[in-house]
Parts: sequence; structure tokens; C-alpha cells
Amino acid sequence: MNVETLDTIKTVVFEKTESLLDVEMHYCPGCGHSVTHRLIAEVIDELGIVEETIGVAPVGCSVFAYNYIGVDFSEAAHGRASAAATGIKRVFPEKYVFSYQGDGDLAAIGTGETIHTCNRGENILIIFINNGIYGMTGGQMAPTTLPNMKSTTSPFGRDTKSMGYPLKITDLVAQLPGTYYVTRQSVHKPLNVRRAKKAIQKGFEYQKLNKGTCFIEIVSNCPSNWKMTPVESNKWLDENMLPFYPLGDLKVPNEKEV
Amino acid sequence: MIKLMKGNEALAEAAIRAGADAYFGYPITPQSEVLEYLSREAEKRTGMVVLQAESEVASINMVYGAAGTGKKVWTSSSSPGISLMQEGISYIASAELPCLIVNVQRGGPGLGTIQPAQSDYFQSVKGGGHGDYRLIVLAPASVQEMSDFVKLSFELAFKYRNPVMILSDGALGQMMEKVEFFEQQERKFDKLDWALVGKPKNRAHNVITSLHIKPDKMEEINIHLQKKYKLIEENEIRFEEIMCDDADYIITAFGLVARICTKAAELAREKGIKVGVFRPISLFPFPSKQIDSYSKKIKGILDVEMNAGQMVEDVKLSVNGKVPVEFYGRMGGIVPAPDEILEALENYIAGGKL
Ligand SMILES: Cc1ncc(C[n+]2csc(CCOP(=O)(O)OP(=O)(O)O)c2C)c(N)n1
Ligand code: SF4
Repeated sequence: MNVETLDTIKTVVFEKTESLLDVEMHYCPGCGHSVTHRLIAEVIDELGIVEETIGVAPVGCSVFAYNYIGVDFSEAAHGRASAAATGIKRVFPEKYVFSYQGDGDLAAIGTGETIHTCNRGENILIIFINNGIYGMTGGQMAPTTLPNMKSTTSPFGRDTKSMGYPLKITDLVAQLPGTYYVTRQSVHKPLNVRRAKKAIQKGFEYQKLNKGTCFIEIVSNCPSNWKMTPVESNKWLDENMLPFYPLGDLKVPNEKEV
Repeated sequence: MIKLMKGNEALAEAAIRAGADAYFGYPITPQSEVLEYLSREAEKRTGMVVLQAESEVASINMVYGAAGTGKKVWTSSSSPGISLMQEGISYIASAELPCLIVNVQRGGPGLGTIQPAQSDYFQSVKGGGHGDYRLIVLAPASVQEMSDFVKLSFELAFKYRNPVMILSDGALGQMMEKVEFFEQQERKFDKLDWALVGKPKNRAHNVITSLHIKPDKMEEINIHLQKKYKLIEENEIRFEEIMCDDADYIITAFGLVARICTKAAELAREKGIKVGVFRPISLFPFPSKQIDSYSKKIKGILDVEMNAGQMVEDVKLSVNGKVPVEFYGRMGGIVPAPDEILEALENYIAGGKL
């Protein structure tokens, strides 16, 4: 397309949502982080809650989420996002507070905080990006790395005998009375993107009910550290991650309450 | 209002009166009374949030999150718990968040003992966590100061956007003394321009972070922090001088030990040795100039601490060799008695060291 034809296009058919800031993202092409960011920004804008929302993103590839999502935002130490979010929510119970955490963050170094935040039923939304690997530090084994899956610290594949089993932490938190809504989604296909968005929307909306923690796992990819193209990584996700981490709701509120 | 109270309870009562918004903590002897007192009193009186966290790691990160909103928040613990908090404290210092952290010290290293000690001086004053940062550190010597310093700490924390530590010990925490409390202050909230309060339309979103991946930016942040610490050094030095005017010898000591040393100084004077006591109240910023001002007037300094000799390094740096400095300490939870301090001083004098 040349400049002239660009100029003549008058009808805007699609626009970036306002809270997704107009900056270049550092995410690798095809990474699920960027899609999920957009969904969060869209939901916040559609619900009209920019002024009432505070986000927390800990160390991990998404630590820069605050550069991309235009709400008041706190970085947090590795593993401690849900504790920081608890602090914010407790002093600002009327705000919408969400955390955005990787699997290393939420299910390894921060397992204690995750379990206890959910067990206290903090009225926050936890968005959990499970890409089965440590992205930011360059592809080491995560608590969610699949059996036999290769990483830089399981170069011959995850040997469950010595390295333990992938932790299905979402199943675990669904058992806790403090959680209100627990679901597992993905963003690797258009249909899944739509479902994930709906889930994120519910996660925010339910916060006003003060009924407990909303927890959304997004089964995601890491093309760079999986050493695949984006397309290959989404196919691999479909064939390997999803059988182990099946999509769907693990805990849904009683419709009457909602 | 005057009350007879434990040091730990005075801390808690003072925080309620200072209008604190939230406390996050985890039980550990010898300071569990703080959380217990707050659990009974705080919510019903001022609506202050009191939350027992699952660990000190969680409590300091709750403090980090809540402090980012510009509310008045605090935590307390004792030595092993404060060690666990160090990463969080470093983040808080870097992100320049106001808050209060109280360490009611016990003897270490390791699990150590629940008896009082002052062996976390280095940790509190020199950094403790990673990176070049400083806490404002105040050392109370009485239950009265356990109360007064809570109010002062919040004022300093917000004035400088810096974490403040009250460095106390198990004896001060557990002992009962008379304390006169300041009036209940209203819990009020001012929206601060840097804080996370929800982004209104007319400003960009606020971010609390300690991450500056580009080295030139990170250096800029460091320079800014160092400037702030300099300013604190210029303005916030606090100390107490007891019988120093005509003294031939000065004992330097902080916290409760300074009171024991005052008794030792009185005993010395009965024997005709003119001894004074210099008590640094702010450990950072350290009253170096004030200590040094005695260099030319006295014969020597004895530094006394409940540790293996930590503040003594700062005392030596202050006088920079102009006057001899010797050290006497007890460790592991032992509190020195006045007569043994006097004996140590006399021995140094007799041995020609002071
Ligand atoms: C206390 C601490 N330990 C280790 C690290 C190094 N580190 C940074 S991110 C990370 C793992 C990130 O993986 P994950 O949470 O799964 O997020 P992703 O990058 O994959 O999105 C680690 C180990 C750190 N920053 N802090
Ligand atoms: S390293 Fe992986 S998780 Fe991180 S941005 Fe790249 S693809 Fe995404």
C-alpha cells in the first residue's frame, strides 16, 4: 500500500483500545503475553474502570506490563505480586486490583503467597500466565514444565523422578474456600481469545461482590525459549500443553449469587 | 494520657494514635505483642487494617504494595524475620516508599535466642539488603521513645519518601515503663501525586517500580537517592549527651545500653573519673560531627554495645584516629551491667589504652 491509498482510507474498522498504551512492546513475536495484555486493557476500558483499577506485575517477562497497560501500576518482587496486591486491596477495598504473574513467579518462588492470598479470599483478580518455562531468564525449567519437556535446566527433558512433577496450581487453588471463580483459558486461537476475554471480564466484575479471589490461568506459549516459530508454538501448545492443562472452568460462582 | 505499658504495646498504641492505615506482620518473639495488641485494639478504634501474613516475606511485600498507595503502613518483627524482609526493604527503598519497619532485636546469629541484642546494627544502618540504599534508623532507649518514635518515623518517612526503621531490642519490647502518649491523630488520607490511587483522566498512569533496566537511568536513580541521603544527613541527626560537658572520657552507646552506661558513668564519677555518655538516637544519619567535636576535649572513648562491635566502627570513623576508641560488648542476649562497664573502662585506662 502506498501513502496515497493509506490517506484515502477514512473508515476506521479497528482501533487499539485506549488503555493499551501506544508504545512498542518488548515481547517476542507471537508471545501470549501481548494478547493477554490487550484483553486486560480492553476489559478495563469497556467496563470504564481505569480510574478505579490498580495492577501489579512482578518480575518475569511481563514485569514491564506497566509500560503497556495505562492504569496505576506497581512492579513487585519475584513471587510477591499477590502479597503486594493484598496490601493495595486492603487499604483500597473499593478499587479493582489485579496481579499478572508468570508460572515461575506464581507457582515456584511465590507458591506460599499464592496459596495464602487465595485462602484468605482476597478480593483481587490473579491472572496467571502458564507458559511452562522461565521466559525472562532464558528458558529454564518452570514448576509447570511438562514431563520430558526440554529446557535449559532439563536439557534431556524433565525427569519427574528427580525434578518432580508439573504443578497444577490452578486445580489446587480451586479447592480453597477463599477462591470464588477459577478458570483455565488460552489465547492461541481466536475462539480462545474471546473466551479468555469473557473470563477476564468476569474476574473484574466479580470483584465488586467481595466474594473472594478470582483466578484465571492462561495457558500460553514462549516461542523464543521453546525454540519454535509462533505458529509452531501454538500447535505445540494445542498438542502438548492442553492435554495436561485442560481448558475450562474449575470453579464457577452460583449464578443466583451473581 | 500516662500509662504503664510494655514497649511492644507502646509501639502498637502509638501507631493507632499516629493514624496508621495498615499493619502487616507475622508472630515472632520478642515482639508478638505488637500484632496481638493491634488485633485487639486497632480496627475498632480507627479502622486500621491489621493482617497476620503468612510470613515476613509476605508482610514486607504487603507493606510494599500498600505503601505504594501513599497510605501510612508499617510492620514489625525481630531479627530473623527482618532478615527475611531484606529483599522487600531494598525494593521499598529503591521505589522510595514511605513506611515504618520496627526491629525488636534478639540475639543471633541464626535462630539465636529470644533475649535482647543489638547485633543487627550493621544490617539496619549499612543496607541489609542489596544495593546502595539507606533506611532512616532511630534507636529508642525507653518505652516513652518506643511511642514517640512511631509518630516521628511516619513524619520522616513521608517527608523523605523513605522507609524508616525503629531499631529496638527485646528488653525494650518486654519491659514496662510509664509512657505519656500523644493525642489520637485523625486517620486522614491525602492523595499524593506519585501514589497509586487510580489514574484520573488528567494525568498519565503512576508506576511504582525499582526496575530501571538501562544503566544510565539506574545510575541517575542512584545519584538521586544518594542526594536524598545527604539531605537526610544534613537535617535529621539526633542524639543525646549526658554529662559530656566536663567529661574526660565518653561512653558511646545506643538504645537501652546507653541507659546502663549512664549508670556506669555515675558510678565512675563517684570514684572521681569524669565520664559522660553520648547516645546516637539516629543511627542513620549518624552523629559523626557531634562525636568528633569531643575529640580534642577528651582522653578517650569507650563504645559499649550488645554485639561484637558494630557501631564502634562508625565511632572510629567519626573521630578518625584523633582520640583512642575502645570497645566493650556482651553478645548472645546478655545485657551488660553498669559495674562491668565501669570495670572495662578502668582496665582500659589502667592499661594505657584510653
Ligand atoms: C529473588 C529472585 N530470584 C530470581 C530472579 C530471576 N528471575 C527473574 S524472572 C524469573 C522467572 C520468570 O519466569 P515466569 O515467572 O514463569 O515468567 P515468564 O518470564 O516466563 O513470563 C526468574 C527466576 C529474580 N528476579 N529475583
Ligand atoms: S521470552 Fe517467551 S515469554 Fe518472554 S516475551 Fe519472549 S516469548 Fe514471551
